[in-house]
Amino acid sequence: MMNGGRDAPKAPGTPGSGPILRVGAPLADLPDTVRQLVGQDHPPFIGLVVEHTSEPPRHHLHYVWMRPAARWLVVDVSVDGAAVPSITPIVFAADWAEREAEDLFGVTFAGHPQLGDFVLHDEDWAESVAPMRRRPERPTHGGGRDPYEPPRIVKAPGQFVMPVGPVFAGAQESVRFLLETVGEEIMHAHVRLFYKYRGLEKLMEGQLATRALLVAERVSGTQALAHGLAFAQAVEALASVVAPTRARAIRTVLAEWERLRSHVGTLAGIVESTGLSVPANLLAAVEERLLQLSGRYLGHRYLFGLVALGGLTRDPGDDALHALARAGAQAVASVQDICRRLALDNSFLDRLEAVGILAPERAATLGVVGPVGRASQIRADVRLWHPYAAYREHPAAPVLESEGDGYARFRVFLREAAAAMDLIQRLVGTLPPGPIHAFVPVVPGVGLSAVEAPSGALAYWVRVGSRGVIDRCHIMTPAFLNWHGLPDTVRDFAFQDFPIIASTFGLSVADADR
Amino acid sequence: MPWFWEGLKSGVRTLRPRAPRLPAGVTPGRPATTAVPAGASLDPELCPVGALAPQDGAIAVDFDHCIHCMRCRPPASPVQWQDDYRWALAAAPPLPPRFQRSIHVRILDAGDCGGCLSELRQLFGPVYSLHRYGIYVSPTPRDADVLLVVGPVTVGMRVALEETYAAMPDPKRVVAVGVCALNGGLFADSFAVVGGASRVVPVDVTVPGCPPPPLAILHALELVTGSSREAREVGDS
Repeated sequence: MMNGGRDAPKAPGTPGSGPILRVGAPLADLPDTVRQLVGQDHPPFIGLVVEHTSEPPRHHLHYVWMRPAARWLVVDVSVDGAAVPSITPIVFAADWAEREAEDLFGVTFAGHPQLGDFVLHDEDWAESVAPMRRRPERPTHGGGRDPYEPPRIVKAPGQFVMPVGPVFAGAQESVRFLLETVGEEIMHAHVRLFYKYRGLEKLMEGQLATRALLVAERVSGTQALAHGLAFAQAVEALASVVAPTRARAIRTVLAEWERLRSHVGTLAGIVESTGLSVPANLLAAVEERLLQLSGRYLGHRYLFGLVALGGLTRDPGDDALHALARAGAQAVASVQDICRRLALDNSFLDRLEAVGILAPERAATLGVVGPVGRASQIRADVRLWHPYAAYREHPAAPVLESEGDGYARFRVFLREAAAAMDLIQRLVGTLPPGPIHAFVPVVPGVGLSAVEAPSGALAYWVRVGSRGVIDRCHIMTPAFLNWHGLPDTVRDFAFQDFPIIASTFGLSVADADR
Repeated sequence: MPWFWEGLKSGVRTLRPRAPRLPAGVTPGRPATTAVPAGASLDPELCPVGALAPQDGAIAVDFDHCIHCMRCRPPASPVQWQDDYRWALAAAPPLPPRFQRSIHVRILDAGDCGGCLSELRQLFGPVYSLHRYGIYVSPTPRDADVLLVVGPVTVGMRVALEETYAAMPDPKRVVAVGVCALNGGLFADSFAVVGGASRVVPVDVTVPGCPPPPLAILHALELVTGSSREAREVGDS
């Protein structure tokens, strides 16, 4: 059932087993094929890759799922202008992915509940713009229609929409929330993303992989290592190059270090949102301490510039990594100490317990991933299901909670921060000697690679063309999947709960907007 | 009440102002203009963004484009690095003297990757504790004296930036934080990016870096209030 004429993607994984299962489907059979493959056990939907070819003008759609202890699943269809049957009624997690494809490529999806204004805001871009199509001219903005009319779902007397954002009071990312209400309680929430749409996937087209790596690191600056690593692994998979053992071990240390720092920042944000300023400041001081340790021992506070295609740009050295692990362990101990006291604080628990509940079945339907998913019993973890770097030899400890409320998410972030530190200590105790870099030749083809970023499954689909430059790069981010789950959890809660629930998701806007 | 005691017990976490020695890691450092033997060539791989250029027997650094990719960090390269944090440059005189004791700043994310914003959060956090300098985050542009812009200005954020600037009372200053806000950085060529903040609003102070560390952003705010030596020099001219 291979897709005739299109080359098969390569992914890092066990040599020989073929890490990707590809299923081609005729257009009309797409819903049935999807229902057969994923309708039973609902594996996490990761993303929809669209590629456009101009000769002949066709769209190639690749739907990507990750599956427990099995190969990645990719379902392919091709279309030449006809409408694609929407799979959103079967896989609700594909809702936003289809909206994005419609906006950026002009692919129409029959049976999708809500298309239109999404990535390209109606007030800035004309409806006919499809910037990701292969066309010689540069897409231009302008010609949109003003003013923006917020969507209205709630029909009730006294209904109104409370707009919040895109600019906020503090150092917050730009995003707009439209909260529908008749008074105190949120009846429906819309998240309007993509104010910060930078068009990164289009920007990467035509760039050398070494240059695109720098862009990948800056998709989401607070998860730079995860993005750099996912991109580098995709290019390495294309060339069938595996980074040297030492490089893979240090990459794992760095990935866990980034998770630790990111989770401590999320914990500080959660406590801050509940208004307890003493523990919030104590946690924020730990976050800054971790940033300083990064700067001191690894060279950059946000780990930019460490990942290279084929390994690392520099070897921090065993001494620095040992010192990093020692100082990090102290920082984690103080985080645990603060959080132990928080667990006894009623004014803290009242704001998180039974607030923003995402029941396991609902979480599976919405398709949330990462720590947010694991707080709702979604086991998905790229480190365990599709081990990369040194995770096969050093598996991550699984963390799982079942309540799905704000406090369950808080506990998952805390436990994962401690687990990350444990893994770092195990790794630096057994660092293998050797080189940290392998040569990666430029090989045309498609690479698919994923990592478990601090906020969840992050996948890159990288196509290198015959000229040796990036032809297409699709970035499937955990924030894009998890923002989709947020509106459901705030329904029927009061306005003042909204920032608290949002903080327990620990989401980056830049990661979703790209 | 227990948290109150907890806070007192935990002691001071804040960096002391003008500490003679900075804790390691507070600033990531950056390349410095380095003298090289005449005729020495520069390996283009050392700088993928072209911020290093040979000039009169030295390698000059264009900080407006350096993105801290660390490719030119010693010992792998002949380029030397400096550890300071006085990175900001002022193109306009500081605010009038009455602003020296207190300014209110508004932060606008015009398309940031999250790095500069995170550094701003640290700056307003307990370790750098800006309140002791009388610097506050304003919840509204109507009360703001200074606008901090981070990120390349995207098409979607252009109007928000214009309107925020227009809503601020005079006198006011705009600080572009990070290379993206200076000139679009790596994203300058994207169809969805307008470019640096100066394409939309007048920019008075710039801080390069990717991201600039909290102390470098503090340096920019010192230039705005005129509380640093460089600021007075700019004001005199």
